[in-house]
Amino acid sequence: MIPECVIYLFLGIGLFFNFMGSIGLMRMPDIYTRLHAATKCTTFGSIFTSLAVIIYGILWWYDGHSSYAPLATHTIVALAAILVTNPTGAHAIARASHRAGVKPERAVVDRLEEVKLP
Amino acid sequence: MIGAIILTSVLAFLAWLFMTMGSGNLLYLWDLKEIYAGIFFSVVTGVVAGRFVKGKDWRMLNPARWFLFAAYLIGPFFIAMAKANFDVAYRVITGKIRPGIVRIRPNLKTDLGITMLANSITLTPGTLSVDVDENSGDLFVHWINVKNGAEEKDICDYKLVCGKFPDWIRRIAE
Repeated sequence: MIPECVIYLFLGIGLFFNFMGSIGLMRMPDIYTRLHAATKCTTFGSIFTSLAVIIYGILWWYDGHSSYAPLATHTIVALAAILVTNPTGAHAIARASHRAGVKPERAVVDRLEEVKLP
Repeated sequence: MIGAIILTSVLAFLAWLFMTMGSGNLLYLWDLKEIYAGIFFSVVTGVVAGRFVKGKDWRMLNPARWFLFAAYLIGPFFIAMAKANFDVAYRVITGKIRPGIVRIRPNLKTDLGITMLANSITLTPGTLSVDVDENSGDLFVHWINVKNGAEEKDICDYKLVCGKFPDWIRRIAE
């Protein structure tokens, strides 16, 4: 009973933050601020939806259905991959767009503009 | 060279064991056939991929660093990340932003340390790492809400941007 409630709670939290990320993608003014919304919220939301899947898999595994074990372990691997690749991808997009000449909109300061990196 | 092959094989075998959990009854978790296949494939992986392991730096093999890393992940990092998400949600709803790109000098030496710090910065409150100066290790950080006064300094104090993260990462990776 309690584990099911936890699963629904985690799914709800995850959906809320993924939803916020999507809204942020529409509302923010330029690419950098959109990346803020897109990376942080989707990573955090995906952590919680993945945790819900992991708990579900472990529950069924504990009940004696050992075919549910890979559901839990593979989701843990996917979670680790998300945690590493999501910020790295955001970093690559931000760096590429700054080098392509996209200026941060409404910026009060831009130190990267002043130094010329190789 | 041999060390790199053995290390890669062991890591591949551990990954195999983790991925095939629940396949049989050995220790309630594994099937013996899976173990044999795992040994075979991890040795193949080690021989093929071991030569790509570059460098003489084995310090991350120290288990104390792993525990420190786990403590960092579930402690300060997770709290900062939760705060980051409420912060972003708040800014998405209200639209209050004051963006800018600042330069910080965390004084980390190794590539691993800088990578971990850049990823941590991206996932925590209001900051996104854009570029790195590879000579000095300086990071350029897009900050969604630049604090008043912080934009005047040439090199911003890193405590304002990412708190105690560089100190944690120095202990873990350097």
